[in-house]
Amino acid sequence: MTMTATRTFDEWRNKSLDDALLECRDMVESPDFETVQRWRDAGGKVAGHFQVYFPEEIIHAAGMLPFKVRGAPMEPNQADSHFGSYLCSILKTSLEMALSNQVEMELFISHPICDAARNLAAIWGRNVDYPSQILYLPQNPNSSGSVEYLRHEYDRIRRVAEEVSGVEVTDEALRNSIEVFNENRRLMRELYDIKRETPWLIAAEDAYALVTLAGMIPREEHNELLSTLLPLIKERTIKPEDRIRVVFEGGFCEQPPFDLIRMLGRTVYVVDDDFMIGLRWLTTDVAADGDPLENLAYSYIEHSSYSPVQHDTRKPKEDMLLTRIRESRADAAILAAAKMCEPGLEEQVTYTHALDDEGISYFLSEFEENMSSFDQLELQVATFVEHLLFA
Amino acid sequence: MTTLDITEDIVGRGTREGAALFRDWFTELDHTANTGGQSAYVFVMGSINEILKSFDLPVVFPEINSLQTAVRHVAHEYLEVAESYGYSPDICGYVKADVGTQLQGGQHPMAKIPPPSLTVLTNACNTYIKWAEIWERMYKTPVFTIDIPGTRQDGCQTWPGSSDFEADRKYIEVQLRELITVCEEVTGKKFDIDKFREVLTHANTMSRSWKRILELNNSKPSLFNALTDGTIFLGVANGFRGTEEGARYFERLVEEMEYKAAHGIGQTIEEKYRLLFVGVPCYPIFRRFNELFTDWGGTFVNSTYLWFASGGTNRGFEYDLADPIASLAEGTLISVRDAMDSMFHQNVALKDMAEEFDVDGIIYHPIKSCRTVSTGLADGRKHMTDELGIPSLFIESDMMDRRVVSEAQMKNRIDAFFEGLESRHKQAAAGEKG
Repeated sequence: MTMTATRTFDEWRNKSLDDALLECRDMVESPDFETVQRWRDAGGKVAGHFQVYFPEEIIHAAGMLPFKVRGAPMEPNQADSHFGSYLCSILKTSLEMALSNQVEMELFISHPICDAARNLAAIWGRNVDYPSQILYLPQNPNSSGSVEYLRHEYDRIRRVAEEVSGVEVTDEALRNSIEVFNENRRLMRELYDIKRETPWLIAAEDAYALVTLAGMIPREEHNELLSTLLPLIKERTIKPEDRIRVVFEGGFCEQPPFDLIRMLGRTVYVVDDDFMIGLRWLTTDVAADGDPLENLAYSYIEHSSYSPVQHDTRKPKEDMLLTRIRESRADAAILAAAKMCEPGLEEQVTYTHALDDEGISYFLSEFEENMSSFDQLELQVATFVEHLLFA
Repeated sequence: MTTLDITEDIVGRGTREGAALFRDWFTELDHTANTGGQSAYVFVMGSINEILKSFDLPVVFPEINSLQTAVRHVAHEYLEVAESYGYSPDICGYVKADVGTQLQGGQHPMAKIPPPSLTVLTNACNTYIKWAEIWERMYKTPVFTIDIPGTRQDGCQTWPGSSDFEADRKYIEVQLRELITVCEEVTGKKFDIDKFREVLTHANTMSRSWKRILELNNSKPSLFNALTDGTIFLGVANGFRGTEEGARYFERLVEEMEYKAAHGIGQTIEEKYRLLFVGVPCYPIFRRFNELFTDWGGTFVNSTYLWFASGGTNRGFEYDLADPIASLAEGTLISVRDAMDSMFHQNVALKDMAEEFDVDGIIYHPIKSCRTVSTGLADGRKHMTDELGIPSLFIESDMMDRRVVSEAQMKNRIDAFFEGLESRHKQAAAGEKG
């Protein structure tokens, strides 16, 4: 059975661009994850994968919906008692989503991205009756053995996906999935080109919503959405304003609340960022011929983005951030970290020292996905912007 | 020599000799720092001492350095330095105490700590990776990660003979061979396979002995305090792994423990309650923390800390000297994976341990500093209680930061726990009589 024809998100269709974007925002903000439920109502199976990167092509080739587990706008009423103190919010709300059956799935996979999240698979596994797996992405991508190892690990995930879905994942199916995702990667790059080159044409929160939807609807459907809306965005006749251009860094795992992104969008142009970077992790197309799993593994090692939770001697994070700032011609950076997020907080120190050395201005902040008051933060950002504009 | 003389000589020998070895180790580090010698920075979960000792590299365990600042009640001075530099109060205290040490030119209460010529880490703790990145930036010296894939799903470990195990083992072997090349470049020495075999022989002795020592503590009364004495043994197990002194120390420790077991010599207090410890000790008030339990007759007979902080060498894996590098890869995979399982999937091991050691209670001590160890403990305890029904206590504090250690609060909780145990024992005794 193939589920790729199932449509889960029609609300944006046959609407003006503004209304379509409003529907996108509403869908991303909704705590109900309706698209996943619609997929299930049509008989589909779901594989949840925790932040940051996951080779969704393998799940897609098994006819399942890869669903990005990224926390949720809900109180962790049930999940709270499963955790101690001093932990980030995304762990709790993600588990809440599962315990409350807000999102039902047949498989959950996480990657040991940090000390806290690497516990998630065990906790999840003790509390649900479906498989809770760990994908061990290489933490030594500089080893000559990393591609071969990762190819085997992907093959293991292929076997898990086959068992859960009951569908044989052939090389041909994988190649087809790679093509679908390559198209998606191209469209995502196009979206970010718009952000960098003409940021006045798309609000920060709209771009965020468009990217995030990729993790909650079938990728074919997402391709259709972007193919339709991106040309309309480019045709807009909005005039640029005198705003500073910033890079937002710190959205690789727990996501800032939508209203925070909206607030930033009112104040500055967010010309590049790491929001949901896992959905945009592979920076070039993956080869569709030859061994598909090896191609995916090779791309992960050789053609991928960066985040505080991957160590690669070829990609010092501060150099990568400086490149991101330069390539987007940003005036400044917003260096954020989710509360209690150790990798994010550690990287803030590196980033601030590197930006100090380069004389680049930055705004330092912490956030939590469910924070609801932004007045003080908005005032601080406005002061920062004024300082830059009028200094 | 009289029996009394023998007893006086052998009982407590491990603690005395361990402390002496510890001093020797730090004296060597001090000398290295002052003479500009080379050193390797490593971590307790997968130090790969087996290779580093083949190159005669002195090893620095920054985790041990950091915990020493807490035990010596000066951790806050180091934390303040790191926090002034920009590190958040929510970041691991071990990292920050080390950053404080590094920013002060290696000044430490036990010795001057040399800077790293090389850093070797595993992924057993993600903070290792972030921590090593700090030295990479500070010193521009090589950082080498030995990436060790762990258990993919609870209860689904793979073993030799399966293709999944072999894929993991082979990946580790490739990395170990690459590390050997890096060591050759850093030290300017050629890898000596015979010396390597010698180091593995010492490591085998140590692993075999460590496993035996842990087993022997199921004696009644228990022979050593898994929290306090165990930490001394751990220090030697880490710092002297692969050395002749380390192997000899552990052989003598086995001798001591067997002697104590044979003569019914237990800890220094009368054992009323046998406890398991899950988590990391509270080093800022280490002695007092232990007393809060021993005052009630509670003794720690085993702990997950002795498993994971020894890099899983509690399994007693012994290397095959006929194929040493391949075997080191296999042993590293099995042992470090076990260390990770001790933190993430400890319930099965706790069940076996509770039966084998006849325990009365389990103390869970999650800490702010270490999310690797602590994140899953509340859920693990919930399920342990459902499945085993063993009385347990859940207290949170820290291993470094006295700002989150409340002794009074802790005492209240611990007292209440023992009062519950006491009443449970009385009821059980009354039931037996009735």
